[in-house]
Amino acid sequence: MVHIIVEVSKYLMIVLFALYTYECFAVFRRHKSQEHQNRIFKSQTRLMYLMHLDAFLVMLAVTEELKYIGLYLIQLILLVVIQLCYKIFYKKASRLVVNNMCMLLTIGFIILARLNFEKAVKQCIIAVIAIGITLLVPFIIHKLKFFHKLTWVYAIVGLVCLSIVAVMGARSYGAKLSFTVAGITIQPSEFIKIVFVFFVASMLYESTEFKQVVKATIVAALHVMILVVSKDLGAALIFFTVYLVMLYVATRKPSYALAGLAAGALASVVAYKLFNHVRVRVIAWRDPLSVIDREGYQICQSLFAIGTGGWFGMGLFQGMPDKIPVVESDFVFSAIAEEMGGVFAMCLILVCASCYLMFLNIAMQMKDQFYKLIALGLGTVYGFQVFLTIGGVTKFIPSTGVTLPLVSYGGSSLLSTVIIFAIIQGLYIMRQDEEGNKNHDEKKKRKKVRREESEKPAVGNQRRRKKTGFDEEIEELD
Amino acid sequence: METSDAERKQDSTKKLKNSTRNREFAVIAYSFLAIFIATMGYFAYFQTVKSEDFINSAYNARQDSFSSSVIRGKILGAGGEVLAETQVDEDGKETRNYPYGREFAHVVGYSTNGKLGIESQANFNLLRSNTFFLQRMVNEITNKKNVGDNVYTTLNVDLQETAYEALGDREGAVVVMEPSTGRILAMVSKPDFDPNKIATDWESISGDEESSVLVNRATQGLYPPGSTFKIFTTLEYMKENPNYEDYSFQCRGTLTIEDSVIHCFGNEVHGSENLEESFTNSCNTSFSNIGVSLDKTSYRKLCESLLFNQSLPGPFETKNSSFVLDKNSTTMQTMQTAIGQGETLVSPYHMLLVVSAIANDGVLMNPYVVDHTENADGTVVKEYENSEYGKLLSKSQAQIMQEYMKQVVNDGTASALKGQSYTAAGKTGSAEINSNRDSHAWFVGYASKEDSGKPDIAIAVIVEGAGTGGKYAAPVAKQVFDTYYGQ
Repeated sequence: MVHIIVEVSKYLMIVLFALYTYECFAVFRRHKSQEHQNRIFKSQTRLMYLMHLDAFLVMLAVTEELKYIGLYLIQLILLVVIQLCYKIFYKKASRLVVNNMCMLLTIGFIILARLNFEKAVKQCIIAVIAIGITLLVPFIIHKLKFFHKLTWVYAIVGLVCLSIVAVMGARSYGAKLSFTVAGITIQPSEFIKIVFVFFVASMLYESTEFKQVVKATIVAALHVMILVVSKDLGAALIFFTVYLVMLYVATRKPSYALAGLAAGALASVVAYKLFNHVRVRVIAWRDPLSVIDREGYQICQSLFAIGTGGWFGMGLFQGMPDKIPVVESDFVFSAIAEEMGGVFAMCLILVCASCYLMFLNIAMQMKDQFYKLIALGLGTVYGFQVFLTIGGVTKFIPSTGVTLPLVSYGGSSLLSTVIIFAIIQGLYIMRQDEEGNKNHDEKKKRKKVRREESEKPAVGNQRRRKKTGFDEEIEELD
Repeated sequence: METSDAERKQDSTKKLKNSTRNREFAVIAYSFLAIFIATMGYFAYFQTVKSEDFINSAYNARQDSFSSSVIRGKILGAGGEVLAETQVDEDGKETRNYPYGREFAHVVGYSTNGKLGIESQANFNLLRSNTFFLQRMVNEITNKKNVGDNVYTTLNVDLQETAYEALGDREGAVVVMEPSTGRILAMVSKPDFDPNKIATDWESISGDEESSVLVNRATQGLYPPGSTFKIFTTLEYMKENPNYEDYSFQCRGTLTIEDSVIHCFGNEVHGSENLEESFTNSCNTSFSNIGVSLDKTSYRKLCESLLFNQSLPGPFETKNSSFVLDKNSTTMQTMQTAIGQGETLVSPYHMLLVVSAIANDGVLMNPYVVDHTENADGTVVKEYENSEYGKLLSKSQAQIMQEYMKQVVNDGTASALKGQSYTAAGKTGSAEINSNRDSHAWFVGYASKEDSGKPDIAIAVIVEGAGTGGKYAAPVAKQVFDTYYGQ
């Protein structure tokens, strides 16, 4: 009986999640009415609740422990509350972003409950706190208008925090990443990522002249260097990439981007020669099986898990994800692929990609350059981190030890990602307001025009269709 | 009216500006999209192509968990003979049965008390079921076991039996391969064990350290090569001396250089010889004479290019052969090494690869023993194609060596193989292992028969402590060749 539940649910969850993923992209299609979109969003939440329920039923059936019911109910309440809060307080928020955030949290809840019940409880508590704190964020972003003036505050906060960690931080897995205050371990680089994006955005918002670029570059390089010294390679790479992307977009000069890439390539070679911990990761990446007893152990275990799971997975509690070291945080994707299947894992990548596209969409639609850069920077932080972690655990690229945002276990990672999503929501609402005002003005204007000269078609309307294809596609989400 | 026109114009240019302003954003968005797609592409590639390498690894603890949902598949010979199968009795109890018992003990191996041989190499294939997926889903849901895939090997049951019988009660090894494809046709190692009784007899089988029954001597046994090593010495001499045909030596049965003395076998006096005659007579004094003339660095390089001190290709667990001579070695060491004594050690499998390359005009094919896998309904799941390992020798080097080795059969120490319907070529060896003049008997070589429609076969035979290669090892090879060519 248990066996049937596990097997049927395995396929059911894949189907539910595949449908959800399809709808993430179906919503982007042109000429969908508002009503139709709302139907899709509703269907997405339904699919999410079903999947959550199904997964916990399986876990209950396999373990026969009632504690899963309690955890399920708390998580369910949290998800419902998030949905309701955004519906009530932030009517104009992007429902796709809310849904994706909830879906990713749900997947994290499921796999953590399977891997380690205690950690799942902790994660759930952190999620409650994080959601509580960040409910105000969209409002703050929307209302306060001085964010672009704090340039050097961001720089100083960022550098000081990272330096403190580098000097005093506790050693975790060979890298100095975190310190513990009053029993709570904080990993500052997770939060400094956001501060850093604000710094770069306000710097380049002020001016994109050469002098300004040099200043910004020096501060950015300091961030990256401190991170490399503290052996946090993943974060260093994220900071580097984010800076490069923002610089390129703000200055509109590909030459900067190319120079940056060249410098990055050179720095990688130097780091490879200089630091043993960099070499170890490259060795483990090249041929993990040959060094399976040492450097390659973790990545091999991860690949065993993914490969053995195959396309349809082993089913919850049917695999051996515990064989992978730090499976709950950095290698959570492998555990998902093993037990929930390769198809499910592919859908997960697609959902992350859909989040990223939504972030970039918002960046494009904003009017104010500062907010455009913020949305771009945060989107890049998110997108690149997803790439680093999934690429790393599948051996596509050397593993850098970063978490899968919203899914992996880890308080700092979870809180900082929820903040990023909340900021993006703030920007989205701001844009909706702009759009609303503009539409309002335009309507008035058009009325006037029509009244005065009804035979001429509106030029503006025709121009509207001449934007880049990408613009056009996502404009329908208005 | 004027103002609204201007307004509109302004409005439209603003829009235009907005779209060009977003060009960089679009570049970034598309670049990241490409990265995501590449990641998914790699993931799909890994799942469909690469994952097998990892899943098959003996380190993958997950493999054994499959046995709870899959009935282990069969291992079959090239002709479809069952070499290993799992029988399920009425109570659902599974027993692994090996119909040929001891004959295939090492190469097929066992799957309880650890794993060995093909049971270990192909463990994952045997435990993976590729029957029709709906059938599998139904089985999974009804909690019935799926039937694992069957592994078809390249092993020729007739040759294996012949080799097994030919070795008799002696300890040693025989290994046979098709040089043109790399297919392993037979692999026998003695002493052996009965895989059907591996669980009950485990204590006595694994505890016996002296004869180390579980070691596959064909791939893991390291022996002094004896005179078979003269193949390497000859190749090096030809490499260093383009006028090798002018070589001449007067054999007096004994050679002394700087207090180091080498005797010919049985102190026989071979008289005046050229290189080919020295090879055919397996003349120790002539070859020690050649040895001291060689550039030791170059000598070592040649041996390493012929797989000494290297891990050997193929799916087997092997031990590296060793060649230790370098430029600091003494004259005595050099003289002994040149005739295959001294510290050089080699496995029968290694010698087989070298003679296969010689027979195949210098090209070594990657050896393999699993031909293909089929699901329980007989549909082929995966076929293993033959592939080149590399060119170990030039074509002319290989062809000269072929001539020399044929001469050994026609007019030398391997006359046991003379005058057959097929043409045999080879080199014998008698590797001395102690001062009592006991020696391991070696034969390495190959046979071919035009118009037989059969590919050539190569063989390496070692019979431990038997005596001379010509008397004890070459006849084993003859029996195998006879069976192969149907005499």
